Amino acid sequence: MRLLRIWPEGTNFDFMRYRRLSFPLSAALSVLVCVLFMTVGLNFGIDFKGGTLIELHAKTGQADVAKVRQASDAMGFGDVEVQEFGNEGGISLRFPMQAGGDQAQGEVVQKARAAFTSDYDFRRVETVGPRVSGELVQAGTAGVVISVLAVLVYLWFRFERNLAIGAIIGTLHDIVLTVGFFVITQLEFNMTSIAAILTIVGYSLNETVVVFDRTRELLRRYKTMPDTELLNLSINSTMSRTVMTATTTFLSLLALVLFGGEAINGFAQVMLVGIVICTYSAVFVSSPSLIYLGLRQGQAAKAAAKAAAVRP
Amino acid sequence: MLHYSRTKTLLTLLIVVVGLLLIVPNFLTPAQRAALPSWVPSSAIVLGLDLQGGSHLLLEVDAKALRQERLQGLRDEARRALRDERIGYTGLGIVNGAVQLRLRDTADNDKALQKLRTLAQPITNTVLGATGELDLDVASNGQGLITITPTQAGIENRIRAAVDQSIEIVRRRVDELGTTEPNIQRQGSDRILVEVPGLQDPQRLKDLLGKTAKLSFRMVDTSMPPEQAAATSPPPDSDLLYTTDEPPRPVLVEKRVLVSGEDLTDAQPGFDQRTNEPVVNFRFNSNGARRFGEATQRNVGKPFAIVLDNKVVSAPVIREPIMGGSGQISGNFTVQSANDLSILLRSGALPAPLTVVEERTVGPGLGADSIRAGTHATYVAAIFVVIFMFLTYGTFGFIANLALAIHVGLIFGLMSMLGATLTLPGIAGIVLTIGTAVDSNVLIYERIREEFHGGRSLVLAIQAGFERAFATIIDSNSTMAIAALILFFMGSGPVKGFAVVFLLGILTTVITAVTMTRMMIALWYRWTRPKTLPF
Repeated sequence: MRLLRIWPEGTNFDFMRYRRLSFPLSAALSVLVCVLFMTVGLNFGIDFKGGTLIELHAKTGQADVAKVRQASDAMGFGDVEVQEFGNEGGISLRFPMQAGGDQAQGEVVQKARAAFTSDYDFRRVETVGPRVSGELVQAGTAGVVISVLAVLVYLWFRFERNLAIGAIIGTLHDIVLTVGFFVITQLEFNMTSIAAILTIVGYSLNETVVVFDRTRELLRRYKTMPDTELLNLSINSTMSRTVMTATTTFLSLLALVLFGGEAINGFAQVMLVGIVICTYSAVFVSSPSLIYLGLRQGQAAKAAAKAAAVRP
Repeated sequence: MLHYSRTKTLLTLLIVVVGLLLIVPNFLTPAQRAALPSWVPSSAIVLGLDLQGGSHLLLEVDAKALRQERLQGLRDEARRALRDERIGYTGLGIVNGAVQLRLRDTADNDKALQKLRTLAQPITNTVLGATGELDLDVASNGQGLITITPTQAGIENRIRAAVDQSIEIVRRRVDELGTTEPNIQRQGSDRILVEVPGLQDPQRLKDLLGKTAKLSFRMVDTSMPPEQAAATSPPPDSDLLYTTDEPPRPVLVEKRVLVSGEDLTDAQPGFDQRTNEPVVNFRFNSNGARRFGEATQRNVGKPFAIVLDNKVVSAPVIREPIMGGSGQISGNFTVQSANDLSILLRSGALPAPLTVVEERTVGPGLGADSIRAGTHATYVAAIFVVIFMFLTYGTFGFIANLALAIHVGLIFGLMSMLGATLTLPGIAGIVLTIGTAVDSNVLIYERIREEFHGGRSLVLAIQAGFERAFATIIDSNSTMAIAALILFFMGSGPVKGFAVVFLLGILTTVITAVTMTRMMIALWYRWTRPKTLPF
């Protein structure tokens, strides 16, 4: 049987050359994301914004969005977002946070139950008060920041400083672009999104670490090989694994996007895009960044420089 | 030599078999599980509320109300203490979170301080025992102004005690709903998490938990008509309260409590024999019965008030002494509200009001759909990956797929053993690890291929492949584990479920890749004695 080969063996592709393309591209995208983040912003879910989310399903299977919208607008809870949702007959309602503290939020649910119980099943009701949402914002931000720092420390111990910094550059890049995906698609940003981002942090580092592990090994073996060549060799020799793992992960997440159901769809989409971003950045962002950060330190760096000078 | 010793083989197989056997309790009924001998692990995976449907309420103890109540109590205590010592004072009141008063005669300063300091209690803590700290700080400015401030530690202690007490009472009230296996636990310093599987509309529960249900029996103060008290101010020993009627009527009620709800032993809904209206029948304990008997004996012909959460439920006139220790509360009840009040009285009063700060309810339909979709996605992902691995690596792919199956089995086994909660993000985590679990195998295989094509013999290449890939596997999985650990400590509910699966997945993938895969490849080599790699 002839077996499948996605990435041919023994390639000697000059990945480093593409940094002239990938660096400006990634920088431009990152800046764009920051601008969009400031101007358009994330579509925060009730976890972070507070308020009430209700998902209804019509008992007849036919939802009357206009009528539901009219009824919920008439409740006097401010601007209610009413959308068709999921399969046939699904409607989602988002009530903004009510003034008057935690107690006031309960009335929204009470009124909505009274209004829609006869025609709709309540599939999901979530209310988050002002204090909890504030804490969730803190916890979410803290989680991302702490994980990046913790990993930085780990990498610093396991690798050298510059490799650790290179890996973190790649990870930050992945976080920024993932947030960009949220901004552009206006997918709801909630606690699950934070979970997705942290998973992407994990995956991104996983990708980078595999390449850097090889870089470290080659550094020991080839004391005088120029940085660019060595990095190219690291990537080329790990490329078939990178492609394999990206493919299997992509396939399983694709299954999740296609069949995982409405409740997890946002999470799956983000992860799917995240895998692509991570794979790209491990090869075209973190590794080339080492050319500027410097691969070797101290004596090793001097030896390599001398060797490079001697070479014709 | 590519060798996997017999002991190691047996040990590996043992781990796998035990790990997989841990799943079995999930297929047993609770009765069968209970019948297992005690040394057999019988715990099973718990479905999260997002999968089985139910209500999640996060309640917060009203710390502000506790503080206010403490200050009011303190003010009354201070008044009593100074009156006992016959020390003159003016302007006793609550100012900026402290009780303040001004002595008429500054010569009383030391005496007053000494007396007021006896009000302070040492703080006892369940963890640390007596800490030597006091719950009050009594200070004087030397010119007759005395401030009594509850200390921060004292307040915190009170909040902690209030949460503990509330948890008990919340549990009793939730149990009254007849739900199965509610989960009630403390969350942080001032919150209580209530999870009730299967509960679709938590409104009734919220109503039950939203009332403190502080009941007291007090005399009505007839020294002044209530309207006059409302217009001016009530006498210092009385409160102006309102009835639950529509519209509410004012009633002037003495502050002194004859008997409180703590002395109730039972409360049941019933009907009044004459009017046939819903009422609540209650019974006092012996202490309450005695005091209520004495009080009613002394006050025949006078009205008393039944006060619930600072509202007068009813204010009947005492017609004859009530000595039996039981009584009846009537007052505009419906059958439902009489029933609810009985529940509240039976369960006891909450030390402070509880506020719902977060509510998440998932209907059973959505939960079932999520399980169906999640299972579906898991199968499809597994099929995708299995086919892809087999197409790429042939026999080695088959071995990786076997390791993958065991990996997923071990995740479920470990989750069962831990009694972990499977949530929808948890299912997503399983799907994700199906994709990432083969990474370890891929790392090993690619390394073997490299070593083999680099000119080593097959045996040495396989050996080197495992050895060299091992460091990489540890490094790459450690970084993932760090992210997952942080998610575990930071997340709650469904997100935590994801972190659990993710963490266990990392653990089992390392185990299956470096032991199972290695064992199977050693066996394969021994059986077929190949000269070249099959991929």
